[in-house]
Amino acid sequence: MIARKSYSIPFIIWIFAGTIIPLASIAYYGFTNREGNFTFDNIMAMFRGDHLQALGLSLLLAFISTLICLMLAFPMAMVLRESKYGKQGFLIFVIILPMWMNFLLRTMAWQVLLERQGVINALITAVGLPRQEMMNTPGAIVLGMVYDFLPFMILPIYNTVSKIDNHLIEAAYDLGATKSKVYTKVILPLSVPGIVSGITMVFIPALTTFVISNMLGGGKINLIGNIIEQEFTVNSNWYLGSGLSLVMMVFIILSMLMLQKFDKTGGANLI
Amino acid sequence: MKKVLGRIYILIIMLFLYLPIFALIVLSFNESKSMSVWGGFSLRWYQELFRSRIMMGAIANTFSIAILAALIATIVGTMAVLGMAAMKPRAQNVLLGLNNIPMLNADIVTGIALMLFFLMVRAPRGYMTILFSHATFCIPYVILSVRPRVNKNTDRLFEAALDLGASERYAFRKIVLPELRPGIMSGFLLSFTMSVDDFIITYFTRGAGINTISTLIYSEVKVGIRPSLFALSTIIFVVALVVLLTVNYRRDKAEKIRSAKPAL
Repeated sequence: MIARKSYSIPFIIWIFAGTIIPLASIAYYGFTNREGNFTFDNIMAMFRGDHLQALGLSLLLAFISTLICLMLAFPMAMVLRESKYGKQGFLIFVIILPMWMNFLLRTMAWQVLLERQGVINALITAVGLPRQEMMNTPGAIVLGMVYDFLPFMILPIYNTVSKIDNHLIEAAYDLGATKSKVYTKVILPLSVPGIVSGITMVFIPALTTFVISNMLGGGKINLIGNIIEQEFTVNSNWYLGSGLSLVMMVFIILSMLMLQKFDKTGGANLI
Repeated sequence: MKKVLGRIYILIIMLFLYLPIFALIVLSFNESKSMSVWGGFSLRWYQELFRSRIMMGAIANTFSIAILAALIATIVGTMAVLGMAAMKPRAQNVLLGLNNIPMLNADIVTGIALMLFFLMVRAPRGYMTILFSHATFCIPYVILSVRPRVNKNTDRLFEAALDLGASERYAFRKIVLPELRPGIMSGFLLSFTMSVDDFIITYFTRGAGINTISTLIYSEVKVGIRPSLFALSTIIFVVALVVLLTVNYRRDKAEKIRSAKPAL
C-alpha cells in the first residue's frame, strides 16, 4: 500500500467545513424564522406573486438560452468534426479563448454594444435609422447568456461527436438511409451524452445567474438569482434567502435527474 | 457547397464570439470617454488603469489567492486520493459522492452556504475566507484529475521498489510522484484558472474592504462603465492569447518529438 487512510483526513475535514456544514446551515436558516422557531414560511414564500414570477421568468429565459445554444452548437460541432485535423485544433483554440476572459467583462461588452449611447446605436443612427432600445429587455439577457455559455455547449458536444466512428455513418448510408435518417438515427443518439452535459453546463448557470440579469437587465428585470442575492446583500434576510435557495436547489436537482435519464453513461462526460 | 456553408457558419460563430471583444479593444484606445464617438488614438485609459491603486491591489489579491488556493487544493486533494486508495470501495464512493457536491451545485448556493458558515462561526470575512472558499471548490477538480493516475500498476511498482530495497520515502519520491505528476499539474492549473475566473463565490464570501479583479469589475460596472475597464479587457485578452498559444505550441512540439521517435 502506498499510503495510509489517514492521508485523507484533511480532505474529510475540509468537506465537512466547506460543504456539509455550510449546506446544512442553508437548510437550518431556510426552515427557521427570526425568532429561531421552525417554520415553512421561507419555503412557501416562493409561491408569492413576485417570487413566482421571477422563478418562472428564470426558467423561461434559461430554457430559451439553452435551446439557442444547442441549436448553434450542434451544427458547429458537426462542422468541426468534418474539418481537417490541424484546422480543428485551431478552431477549438478560437472557441476556448473567449472562455479565458473574465465573464463579467464579456457581459460588459454586450452592455457597451447594446446601450442607448452604445456602439450598435451609433452605427444605426449613422445610417439614418432611429435609435433602438435594446438594453434592459429579456432579449438582452438571453443574448448575454447565449454569449457567455455557448462555448460550454460546443465543447462537450464536439467531444462526443468527434468520437463517433465514421464506419457507422457509412454503414447507415450503404444500407440505404437518407441523410436525415442518418442524423436522427445514428448521429443524434450517439451524441446524447455530450448534449446532456452541454445542457447541464448551460441551463444551471443560466437558471441561477444574477450577474447577467443585473448588468443587461438594468436591475429592472428580476430573476430568481437576483431575488436571492438581494435577500442576502440588501435586505439581510438570510432566512428568506435560504428558503428560496432551497426551492431553487430542488429545481436544479430535478433538472439534473431529468437529464440523467437521457444519458445512459450516467454523467461520465460531465467534465 | 457543403464546405462553403460550413465555412460561412464558422465565420458567423466567430464574429459572434469575437466582435464584442473586438469592440472593447478598439474602445480601449479611444481618447473620448464616449462609447459611440471616436476621439482619436490614446493610451490614457491604460495609464488610468495602472495608476489605480485599487485595481493593482485587486490584481495582486486575485493572483495570490489563486496560487495559494491551487496549492492548498493540490496538496489536500492529492493526499486524499492517496488515502482513498487504501480504503474499501464503499468508503471511496461515499467520499467521491461528497466530492461531487461543490462541482454540481450552483455557484450561488455554494457562495451563500459558505457565507452563512462564516457568519455562524463568526469568522471575519476577508482574504482568508475567500481563500478557504476557493480551496473548497478547487479540491474536487484536483481529486478528479489525480485519481485516474493511481491504479494497480502504481501500487505494484511501489511494492517492487520496496522489495528491491528502496525506503518508503525514496520509492514514493521516485515512483509514485512521477506517476502522479501529470494529474497533479493539470489539477493545479485547473484550480488556478477556476480561482482567477470566479466571481459569484468570491462575491458572497469577501468582506467589505477586499476586492479581486472580478468583484472590482462588478462594482465599477454598477456605477457606470469607465474606459479603463476596456483597457483591462484588452490586457486580459492578450495575456490569455499568449498563454494559450504558448501552451499549444509546446504541446505540438512535444507531440512532434514523440511521433518522431521510432515506435516501440
